[in-house]
Parts: sequence; C-alpha cells; structure tokens
Amino acid sequence: MTVFFQQLINGLSLGSIYALIALGYTMVYGIIKLINFAHGDIYMLGAYFGFLAITYLHVGFFPAILISMALCAILGVVIERIAYKPLRNATRIAALITAIGVSYFLEAGTQQVMGTSVRAFPQVLNNQVFNIAGLRITEQQIYIFVTTIVLMLILQFIVKKTKIGRAMRAVSTDSDAARLMGINVDATISITFAIGSALAGAAGVLVGIYYSSINPLMGMLPGIKAFIAAVFGGIGIIPGAMFGGFFIGICEAIVSGYGGSLFKDAVVYIILIVILVIKPAGLLGKNVKEKV
Amino acid sequence: MDSKNFFKLLTAGALSLTALAGCSNDGGGTTDEKVSIGLHYELKGDAADYGNAELRGSQLAIKLANENEDYQFTYEGIEYDNGSSENEAITISQRLISDGVVGVIGPSTSAPSAATYPILNDAQTIVVSPSATANNQTLVDPDDPNSDVYEYVYRVCFEDSYQGAAMAQFAVDTLGVQKVAVYGSVSSDYAKGLNTAFTEQLEKLGGQVVANESYQDGDTDFSAVLTSLASQEFDALYIPGYYNEAGLIIQQARELGIDCPIIGPDGFDANTLVELAGADNLNDVYFTTAYTTVDASEKLQAFIDAYTEEYGEAPAMFAALAFDATNLLIEAIEKAGTTDKATVNETIANMEFSGVTGDFTFDETHTPNKSVLVVELVDGVQETAVSVTPE
Amino acid sequence: MKKMLNKANLYWLLFCVGGYALLMGLMSAGIIDAVNQTVIQTIIVNIILAISLNLIIGITGQFSLGHAGFMCVGAYSAGVMLKQIGGLNGFFIGILIGMVINAVLALIVAIPTLRLKGDYLAIATLGFGEIIRIIVLNMDITNGAAGLVLPRVVDFTILFVFMVVALLIVVNFTRSAAGRACISIREDEIASEAMGINTTKYKVIAFVIGALIASWAGALYAGNFYVINPGMFTYSKSIDILVIVVFGGMGSMTGSVISAVVLGFINSFLQSFSNMRMIIYGLALVMIMVFRPSGLLGTREFKFSSLFKRFTKKKEASQ
Repeated sequence: MTVFFQQLINGLSLGSIYALIALGYTMVYGIIKLINFAHGDIYMLGAYFGFLAITYLHVGFFPAILISMALCAILGVVIERIAYKPLRNATRIAALITAIGVSYFLEAGTQQVMGTSVRAFPQVLNNQVFNIAGLRITEQQIYIFVTTIVLMLILQFIVKKTKIGRAMRAVSTDSDAARLMGINVDATISITFAIGSALAGAAGVLVGIYYSSINPLMGMLPGIKAFIAAVFGGIGIIPGAMFGGFFIGICEAIVSGYGGSLFKDAVVYIILIVILVIKPAGLLGKNVKEKV
Repeated sequence: MDSKNFFKLLTAGALSLTALAGCSNDGGGTTDEKVSIGLHYELKGDAADYGNAELRGSQLAIKLANENEDYQFTYEGIEYDNGSSENEAITISQRLISDGVVGVIGPSTSAPSAATYPILNDAQTIVVSPSATANNQTLVDPDDPNSDVYEYVYRVCFEDSYQGAAMAQFAVDTLGVQKVAVYGSVSSDYAKGLNTAFTEQLEKLGGQVVANESYQDGDTDFSAVLTSLASQEFDALYIPGYYNEAGLIIQQARELGIDCPIIGPDGFDANTLVELAGADNLNDVYFTTAYTTVDASEKLQAFIDAYTEEYGEAPAMFAALAFDATNLLIEAIEKAGTTDKATVNETIANMEFSGVTGDFTFDETHTPNKSVLVVELVDGVQETAVSVTPE
Repeated sequence: MKKMLNKANLYWLLFCVGGYALLMGLMSAGIIDAVNQTVIQTIIVNIILAISLNLIIGITGQFSLGHAGFMCVGAYSAGVMLKQIGGLNGFFIGILIGMVINAVLALIVAIPTLRLKGDYLAIATLGFGEIIRIIVLNMDITNGAAGLVLPRVVDFTILFVFMVVALLIVVNFTRSAAGRACISIREDEIASEAMGINTTKYKVIAFVIGALIASWAGALYAGNFYVINPGMFTYSKSIDILVIVVFGGMGSMTGSVISAVVLGFINSFLQSFSNMRMIIYGLALVMIMVFRPSGLLGTREFKFSSLFKRFTKKKEASQ
C-alpha cells in the first residue's frame, strides 16, 4: 500500500507539470479555438531560458522562474502576432498547420542554437528528503506542487475577478459581440497568449529542476499529453485542465509502477477516448446543446 | 492581392535560399586531387545527439589527416543530415553516390543504417559504421545469421550480443552477483540486443533476472518503476540503454535508496552521464566499453587533446568511434594508394587497424574483434578498467 | 448512364499511360537519377496517403489525425508477410491482410468516435493511431522497436499502378451519390441529416475507404524502402500527411497530388542545407499558411471536361 501512495506522490509531481502546460493550452483554445501545437515548444524554451538564467546570471530558483516566465510571455505574444493573427479569419485547420510550422521552427532553431545534446539542468534547490509515514517526499516535489497550485490560484483570480479576465471570457464566448462592447479583442488575445506561455515557461523551469535534464525535443510529448489533459477536464475550463493534468500524471505513474510502463501512453489515450465518447465536453465541462 | 503576396514571398524565399547556398560548404563538386568522404549522420531529430558527436569526430579525423604530411591525398567531408529518418537516409545515400564519394561514414543508428546499406553496397561504395551495433547488422538478412555479408559494409563497434554477454560474465565472476534487475530501453535494438545477450549469459552462469522493466528513449520520469523496484531484492541493476536516460535512472535510483552496483553498456560512456546523474551518485557503477581514458595510450591521449582543443569539451565514445571509422577509411585509401573503391575495400577487409578504441581486424561479418573492457566509475571518474571475455 | 469511354476518360487514360511512359523512359535513360527516383517513389506513397486522408478530411469534413496508424497496419502486414512468405506473393497477401485488419480497425474507431466533432475527433483519432503504434511496438512478430529489415520487392510500375487505382477509387467515390452525401455532410451536417442522409453511414464509409487506401501506402512503403519500425508511424507522420492535404487545398484531389509533388521536391532540395533544413521547412509552412490559408488549389479540381468546355467556349467566342 505504501508503494501505491508513493506512486500517487510521483504522479502528482508529474501531473503538476502537465497541469501547468494544459492551463496554457486551455486558455488559448478557449479564446481562439486553436490547438496551439507550438505550446509544448514554448515549455521547452522556458526550460532553456531558466537554464541560461541560472548558468550565466547565477540566479536562484524564484528569479529564474520569473525570468523564464517573462521571456516566454514575450515570445508567446510575438508568435501570436506574427503567425496566428493573420489567420484569425482563416479556417482553423490552416491555423493548426501554422502552429505546427512554428513548432518545427522552434525545435530546429533550438537544436541549431543550443545544440542537440541533452543538457544537465543546474541544481538550484537542495534536494532534502522528508519521510512521512513511510512515504518519501522530496523538497523539489513540494516546490513543484506548491508553485503549480499558487499559479493556478493567481490565474483563476485573474480570469474571474479582474477586468482583463472578464474581457477574456467575453472574447471567448463571442468575439464579435465583445468587440461591439468596446473590448480590444486583439489585445485580449495577446494577453491570453502571454499568460499561457508564461505558465508553460514556469513548467519548463520546474521540469528542468525536477528531472535535471533538458533537450530541444522535450516539448513534443508533454505538449500532446497536456492537450489531452485539457480535453479530459473540459477544454476552456481552468480547474478542468488542472484536474486533467493531475489525473493523467497519476495514471501514468500507477500504470508504470505496476509493470505497464510500455503501455502507459496507450492507457492515457484509451481513457481519453472513453471520456470523449461518454462525455464529449470533458469531465468538468457542460454539455452545450447545438443550435440548428 | 493574395497571389501577388504569395509570389513576393516565393521570390524572397528563393533569394534567401540562394544566399544560404552561397555560404554552405557541403555543396558537392569535387576536384581531382580531393578525395570525398560522405558523412551521413543524424544531425536533427531523435538521434541527433549521437549524430552530432560523431560528425565532430569525423571532422576532426579529416582535419588531422589533411595536416598529416605523409598522406598523399587531401580529404573532404561531404556532410548530410538524414534527420534520423530512414526515408531521408536512402536519398542521402544516393546523393553521396552521385557526389562521387569513395566511402561513407555513418549513419549512427541502426534503422537508418539498415535502409542505407543495400543502396551503398549495390553502388560498391564503402560504408564504415561507427555505431550500428545491432546483431547481424552487416548481413544482408539480419534475421538469418547464415546470410551473406554486405561486401562493402564494415563497422568499428562491437555487436550488442558480445558486450551484453561480457557484462554478465563480469557481474557473476567479479561482482559476485546472482539476482539482477534489468531496466532497459525498448526504443532501440541496441538495448534489446544487449538485454537478450545479458540475460542468456547470466542464466548460463547460474544467475537470474528477477525483474525486467522497460522504458522508452526520451522518458524522464523513472520514479514510478524505480519505486516498485526499490521494494524488491536484487544484487545489481543492469541498464541497457544510452546515457541520456541512464544518467537520470541512476540519479533517481540512488535517491530512492537503490544502492547496489549499477551496470551498463558502452552507452554509458559520455560526460552527459556524469552531469545528469551527479558525480556523487556514480559510485559502484560499471560499464562495458572498448574505449577508456584509464591508462590512455599515447594515441588516445593525442585524440582527446586534439578534440578538447577543437571543440572545448572532452570526446564521448561516439566521437571516438567516428574518429576511428573515418581514420580507418582514410588509412585504407592511403595504404591502397588509390581511390578505386574495390581496391580500397579489399584493403580494409585485410587491414590491421590500430585506433583510439582499440586495435582490431575484421571477422567474416565485418565486425571488429575487439576486447571488451569493463570500466568502474568512482565519483563519476573512470577508475579501473579490466578486460573481460565471455565464456 | 454515360459511356465509360467518353472523351474525358479517354484523355485521363492517355494522360496516365503517357505519364508512366515518360517517367519510365526518363528513368531508364538515366535523366532522372537515383536520388530523384527515390524522391518520386516517396512522392507516390505520399500522394496515396494524401488523397486517402483528403477523402476523410477534405471531402467528408472529418478531422482525423490517426492516419499514420492505418499506414502502420498496412506496412506491418506487408512487412510480416514479406518475412514469412517472401517475394511479391507475400507482399500481395500482406496487402490483403492489411486491408482486412484496417477495415475492422476503421470500423472500431469510426463508430464511436465519428460522433465527435472537429478538434475532439482529431485528438481521439490521434489517440487511436498512437494506440495502434504502441501495440505494434510491443508485439513479437513485428520485432518491436527495432522493426523489420525487408528486401525491396516493389518497383516503379507497381507503385504507379497503385497510385492510379487509388486515384480512380477516390475521385469516382467523390463523384458518386455517396460522395455527394459526404460533401453535404462537410458543408452542413445537420442540414444533410434533415435531407434524409444517413450521416453516420457515409462518414463511416469514407473513413473506411480512407483507411484501406492508407494501408496500401503503408504496404508500398514497406516493399520499397527496406526498413519499417514503429517510430515512423507516430502522430508526426499523420501531421506530415495533413500538411500535404492542407497545402494542396482541402477537398481538392488535384491539389493533394500537386502538393505532394511540390513538397517532395522542396524537401529533397533542402537536403543540401543539412543544418538549416527543418528551420526553413518550419518557416515555409508558416508563410505558406499566412499568405495562402486555403492551400494551393482551394477546393478546385483539374478536369479534362472543363478544359474542353473552356476550349470550346473560346472557339465559340472567336467564331
């Protein structure tokens, strides 16, 4: 039983990462209905920004995460302005291909600039181990979990309580109506990208610290998994993304822990399909009746 | 309006491509006195890490050969990136043939290699592979050990089965191990071949594999499997795979309190392993290799110095193997005194080569007869190396 | 019912035979060198993949990202049979087995998931494609991650014939009553349901035909390119096929063919820029989409019959 709870803890740490990436996915999807395939690569760049900040500026954990979040936010906005904005009125599939193009560009560009090899992430947190009732919890795991929860609460506050959050919700419900009400739609979309990318940047630094290994292709699989997490919880819903992230992390940990490590991805996909078929709007989503 | 923009874009694109073409130096077109060697590596994509290390090893070998005044030819490396894709590997092989190379070094990994060999062999172009270690890789039908060997294909690394068996021998004889947990990659035939050979030899020697877990290359979270392993009993942990994952596995295993000996293949041999695992965690770690910096020969030391000077970092095993593969081809060309491919090929088949990864000749499958060394790491530093032959 | 051999069909036949003879001639004369021969072989496989996906995405409007999974099944069926039986017989038996497996799989996938729409369908089919790949990765007969090393049994003629047959099937399907039904589903699912079209049935039919043709592409790949392994059939492969379809114009088979040819040669050309290749490719994708979001041809098709019409109109005008 201890092993089972230990796996839960492992899963929660992994799930926190997925959740942070999924939050960005869900926000962008919620507002412009784009599967932002480049989001996983922003997470990867976040890890590299953190790596560079710690290695060359010799900063600690919190400054590194803030620097990375700021740079990713800028990058997110730049990508949105250059690549996605011209396609606002094109088909969604065209926008999707653009996102894939951006993703290729970021991956290959990073391989070119930073080299293709795996980099060891400098350790800025000491890794103390706490033993609680036979369970091992490391300091890093606590940092990851707490950072994720705090960021989500801040995000929830922004979206629900502030003016800009109200603008986001308005644009996501009906961008034309929002424009008529005097909301600057373009600015709102840019801010959404900025926030989503910043969260991915934070996830990148956290993953660098936790696994101490980063590489230019590290964003591909977590990107897809995070999207699944977002769909799983109900896309466009912030607690849903969070919930989906944790759920998938825990699933993977438990499946690998009990001898199915090769099928852990398959299990995730099967659960996704079952959820979609039974409840297409996601676990926390409301089923919207389609109007004819 | 739309189409106008589109053509503007196309023109701009074409212009920038021409500009790029101007500064790229791998364009082909050889002069009479230059001998072209194809460098066919995974520079992007999944296996880019290995491909780039090998490219550097090959480039260094060519550079040093051109500085060597005893050599009669000047060499030129023609680089291509196969993007770790088998399909691209085919066209690149054909490109290299039409570029008129004498021989090709690469690819780094087994799958692109398998797609490359039939084409290059048919064109009677020599291939020296630095690291295609899969069992029977140099045979026309790898599933049939009695099938013909590709006449023009050689490799300078050992076969997976050989070093897997050697590690089992070492584990039982020297470490006194009986129960082993195996945590291996399933993404490469390299790791799978090692796993099979290791298990077979171990069982032959009376040991047993008590747990067999797998991961995929690119995974970073091994804590779930290691947590369940930590609750079992075994004397050693064998990790057939490459340093990128092995480094993380070792780090996470040690943190979870798995303190038995950790053993592995030559895929451990890179500085990245130390960076990822942390030097403190690299005690009681052993791996099989052909190449060690312990008691380095003069030749090896010279290579390490030259490489470090050129690239500002110590060479990994991949770079050393590529350095040897390239030198093997160059030396054969010099020895044959001609760029005629058939003559050079014959020279290689009968050559006694002395390289930085050991002295060897080729057996009938064009695989080197090298002795396997087992290196022990103490605080991440190579401490001792002993030679092992599986019985 | 019109005659089978009307003027347009005759021209198509001539066009195919002529194209085949021309390419064959250029190849045997050595004007198309080995590199370009391989590029053409790749293009043919990609054309088959693109039109089969176009049938699902472009014609029927169902966004599938699981196409690589169907290709994977086709490739492995042919590959395993090539290993077990060998030769062209093994290859063709493999194709048949692949088609049977794919038909069953496509039905299993289609019936529950085709109820989903848009991105949800995309992510569900992506999941199915990956599940197929993971199963293949963990099977013994497929030799796991290492994959299969195969002899080359397919030549240009076989590739070309399969391509023409695939084109014939897809183009004729889109022009049949069932094809019209599919197009109406793409345009407005609810309206077509109101018109009495059994939308689920036609979606499933299009999906199954697409999957069957994708399995040919996989088999041809296995028979032509020496090596197959599960790493080739990840969702990135599905995305590559999608890129061809969207670049050519969704719903336009001519577009898919042209785009497979153009992208094939661009990719081959970029091989000379070993390091910058993927960077340029990524940028090119973004720019193409920004400047031409509906693809090269939109939904237009090249037709001999419309060529005649234009020609005769001009004649009439000049008279």
